[in-house]
Order: sequence, then structure tokens, then C-alpha cells
Amino acid sequence: MTATGLSPSENRDLRRVAGLMVPASTEYKVPGADDPKIVADIERSIGRDMGEIHNALAALAGIADLDDAAAMAKAEAFRSAGGPAVAAFERCVLQCYYRDDRVVISLGLEARPPFPKGHVLEQGDWSLLDPVRKRAKMWRDA
Amino acid sequence: MVDVLIVGSGAAGAAVAWSLAETKMRILCLEQGDWQNSSTYPSTGRDWEARRWADFDISPNRRARETDYPIDDSQSAMKIANFNGVGGGTVFYTAHWPRMHPSDFRVKTLDGVADDWPIDYWALEKFFEENDRMMGVSGLEGDPGVPPRHPPMPPLPLGKTGTLYGRTMNQLGWHWWPSDSTIATQDYEGRAKCINLGHCTPGCAQGAKASTDITYWPLALRAGVELRTRARVREIVTNEQGMASGVVYYDAQGEEHFQPAEVVIVACNGIGTPRLLLNSISSRHPNGLANSSGLVGKNLMLHPWPQVRGYVPERNDGDHAPMLSLWSKQFYETDPNRDFVRGYTMQFARGTGVVTEAVTSMSVGALPWGTDHHRIARELIHHRIQVGIACDDLPEETNRVTLHPDLKDSNGIPAAKVDYKIGENTRRMMEHGIARATEILEAAGAKGIYTSRTLLNSPGHMLGTCRMGNDPARSVVNAWGRSHDVKNLFIVDGSTWVTGGGLNPTSTIQAVALYMADQIKQRLATLFD
Repeated sequence: MTATGLSPSENRDLRRVAGLMVPASTEYKVPGADDPKIVADIERSIGRDMGEIHNALAALAGIADLDDAAAMAKAEAFRSAGGPAVAAFERCVLQCYYRDDRVVISLGLEARPPFPKGHVLEQGDWSLLDPVRKRAKMWRDA
Repeated sequence: MVDVLIVGSGAAGAAVAWSLAETKMRILCLEQGDWQNSSTYPSTGRDWEARRWADFDISPNRRARETDYPIDDSQSAMKIANFNGVGGGTVFYTAHWPRMHPSDFRVKTLDGVADDWPIDYWALEKFFEENDRMMGVSGLEGDPGVPPRHPPMPPLPLGKTGTLYGRTMNQLGWHWWPSDSTIATQDYEGRAKCINLGHCTPGCAQGAKASTDITYWPLALRAGVELRTRARVREIVTNEQGMASGVVYYDAQGEEHFQPAEVVIVACNGIGTPRLLLNSISSRHPNGLANSSGLVGKNLMLHPWPQVRGYVPERNDGDHAPMLSLWSKQFYETDPNRDFVRGYTMQFARGTGVVTEAVTSMSVGALPWGTDHHRIARELIHHRIQVGIACDDLPEETNRVTLHPDLKDSNGIPAAKVDYKIGENTRRMMEHGIARATEILEAAGAKGIYTSRTLLNSPGHMLGTCRMGNDPARSVVNAWGRSHDVKNLFIVDGSTWVTGGGLNPTSTIQAVALYMADQIKQRLATLFD
């Protein structure tokens, strides 16, 4: 068992499936979810989902040793079965993948938390309210 | 001994504590949770979205902090959302701030369903206004969809997304208006103005969003009210005269204490309050305290809340602003041409964060695994528009809170069990709203439209389980919150509601609480008569 709570074989299977879920892309200049830094983040962040992740990896056991076609078929069978283990697995991968600096920057966003800088929100077109202001009272008095 | 003991420091408990402070009575509030530290709120870290599924999950069962108590909602069509800590649910809400309409208090008279409230909108009006000043509301006067009100701050900007919605609603000829919100658009009473952190619901690190830990409580404490945290109340104790004599609670170390009081005020929300009363059994009250009507825990209303979302070609505000920006009252009032009575508020959301978009889209098959993942993700992220349908919820006795036979919290106190089904009138209303929301999204040019009929773990509105009324056989408390059975026991939270309205309840919960506190102050000499 690793310090994060997964066995070495679970770690290998997780990494393989994460890469099938979100592969690297040269077109978008992003790593896959099997990138070592992202996988380490996933393992560290499982937290409350550890039980379901164990369930998911039990269903996916041995996928790291399969060829690509067999691995994809096994992953697809896992995903199409649905259920809480699938939901937890997808969430655990995506919540770490989409906070990786390289991924965030590729989306045209800043790699930072919202606070303290915040964001700028334009006022928008307030003249759009003019026809609404002219409407009669809509609420019922009682 | 204290004069007034308040259980719960959330929306209602804080407002009542502040209001009663001027009496100079000795007031103590017991809160099972902690004070919150805004510097640790999710938006301060890179894991801000992930924490919505962890220590800031809206479900107490998943969040599972030491300060939470479990709720069995396995038999409920909607899952329970709450927050336990100083400020209660106001720490953990979207800050959307509609008021109940005058018609919401007269549903039997106007629409022939449920019951009228024993109070009306106009009795509450000055308390709505007072509460808007205390919480700090931004908004815009002149809305033909709601009664006049006077928000002390200008509204949140429309932004790109609000402008798109406004243009679309004008095209359809339907009402829309910038929402009232308890997000400060100017520096206000010690609160810094909003800087668009975007993730308002799980606590505002900027302090722009009003929660009672930063609005009512500082003033109440300065006025002499005592607030004791990590104090979890097990039961209310009564004496031989049939009056409440105090409460038994556990401190952070699990030590049991008895706190005597002249008056007990319960403000634990529509689930916590009936749970406490049902746990307060004795030989004098074998079915739970204040329960001679048998209605404690019954008539639970949770506000079914379909969401319809779609994706427009242009990039919009996404999660770079407060989530909610506009409302529509086009379908709020009863229309005899529809196949349901009552109605709903439409809420217009700006979008979601990147992680939330990816997770929610993958969960419904809209975001694939594999090589196409990145292309589709870029069509979804910050392209979402979403309309929520806040449906009126009518009371049904079969929708109820009871005590779980086995499940207990960390102090061994029996947990609440929730049984809730969506009524037929509400189902018709939901479908009507979903169809209208779909029309809006299509008119806005959205594709990939997806409907979620009930939100998982949301919206966290818990109402009706200790309803108010003039008839002790048909209600738990009277029109000003006093128990019919126990003359020094008051309930001031959303559990006193007779009907649910089709909107977020916090503004009205607090207005009712301030009204009840005012009634108590006016009746001090004869309070127990």
C-alpha cells in the first residue's frame, strides 16, 4: 500500500485509466491525466472517495497490463456500467486534471485561485430593461 | 439561568438574537458548529472547486465534519443540504434574495389549496426592509414583478451572460429583472464590495456576501448576547408546570450540561427543529415536545428545482462572477389556463467553473473519454447558460421528518429521517417550467440542452415542519412563533412556514423571525398568557 492509500497495482491501473479518460494532446498542448504530477495529485486528493475508488479499481484490476484495444474495451465496460464508483472515479480524475497549471493556461485562464485578485465583470447593456420597466404590475395583491 | 436561550445561530437565530438584545435580557445562543474563518474558504486555494465535494460539500452526510449531524434522506426525492456553524445556512447559500409575494400568504383564499398563513405580507413589510438593510442587499427598484422594495446598494452587473439573457427575454416578451442579492456591490457596513470571486455559495472569502456571522452577530455580541459554539443541544426539558425549563447540551469534549432558561427559542431549520422537538420526549410529552397536533415534522417542503442548461457559441462570464444574476416572475402567479396552481421563479445562472463543467458534463455523457475530450471540453467550458426553476412546494403531511430508529450523531442523539415525494401539482409546474426554460435557451442560441429535474443535494430549503396557525389542532406554533403547547417555547425558523412559495426563502425566513421577535418584545408582560 502506498502512503496515499492505493496499492502499487491500483496506482498503475488508475494511471492507465486516467490516460484513457483524458489523453495528452499535442494539438491543445496539454498533458494527459496520466501525467505523473497529475496522478500524484489525484492520489493525494481521493479523500472521502477512497472506498468508491477501491471499488472502481477492483472493477478495473489488471487494466495496466492490457494492450490498448483490450484496455479501452475494459474501460468502456466500466464506464457504461455507471454507478457511484464510476462517478467518483471520473470526479477524482477531473478535479485534479482541470486544476493543473498547464491545462488551465491552455483554456485561456489564469492559473490562480479566485481570491484575492477576483475578476472583472462588465456592466452589460442596462438599456435592455427599458421595455420591462414599462410593463404593468404583475404580482397579485392580497 | 438565562432569560432567553436560542438554539441555532443561522438566518433566524441571529436575527432574533439581535432584535431581542435591546431588551437587555440575558440572551444566550447555543450553536453546535464553529465560527468560520473566511481566509480558509475554498476560493482562497487552487482546489476551490474540489472542496465542494469535500469539507464544503453541501450535503452534511458527505461533508461529515465533527460539527455535522447525519440525515437519512434515502427515501427523499430531493437530498438535504445544510451547513452547521455560526451563520448556519447563510454561510452556504447563493445570496439570491427574493421575498415571498403577498399571494403566497393567501393560497387557500386565492387558489383553493393548502392553507392561508395567519400573517400576511404587509405585516412583514417593514421587517423585510429592516432585514435588507441589516444583511446589505443589492438590487434595482422598479421591478413590476414584485412589490416595491428599496435595496440599499445598486445591482450586480449584468455582464455578458446577463445581457444575453435580457436580450433573449425581451425577444420572447417575458419578464426579467436583475435579482436582489445579499452580495455587496459597494463597501457596506464593514464588508468589502464584491470582486467577482465567482464561488459565492461555500463562503465568501472577500466578505462581500452577507452571512449572519458577519452581519447580525457582531452587532448582537456587542449588545451583550452570548454565543456559545460547539454546543449541541440534545433535548429541551420541561417542568411540572408544562413550561420549558432549559436544554441539555453537549460541549466539544462531549460533556453533558444543563442550561436553564426562562424562554427557549428554537432556530435549527426545518429538519433540525423537528428533530430536536421529537427528541425532547418525556412522560408529559411522549410524542415529542409541542406535538399535541401531531404535526411536528410533517408538511416538509423542499422546493423542487429543475435546472435546464445549454451551451452558446460565444464565451460568457462562466464562474467569474456571482452565479445568479437575474430572475423572472413571468410564471410566478397562478394562471387558470395552466394545469397547475401557484407558480415559480426562474433564475438565470451565469455558468460554472472548469472542474464543475467537466464533472457534470461527463456524468451525463456530454463530455467523452478519449481523443475527442479536449475539443468537446472547449465547447462547454464557459459556454454554459442555465435556467433554474424554483417551484412552489405545497404542504403534504406524508412529506415528513421523523427520528431514525438506528442512525445517531457523534453524541448519540438520534438522527433525522426524511420521507419526501414531489406532489402532482408541483410535477406539472416543473414540466411547465422546463418547457419554458428550454424555449429561453433555444432562443438564446444554445445547443446541447440538458434537463436535471431534481438537483442532487440542493437547494437546501427546509420548510413547514412546525407550521404556524391559529388552530392548535392544525398547527404547532401561533402566528408569532409561540408553541401552542408550551407557553415559553418559540420556533422562529423556516419550519413555521405554512406554504413554501416559489423562491429562495432566506429573506422571508429572516423577516418572519424579526416579526416574531418584535411580537415577543411587544408582549413581554404577558408573554406566557
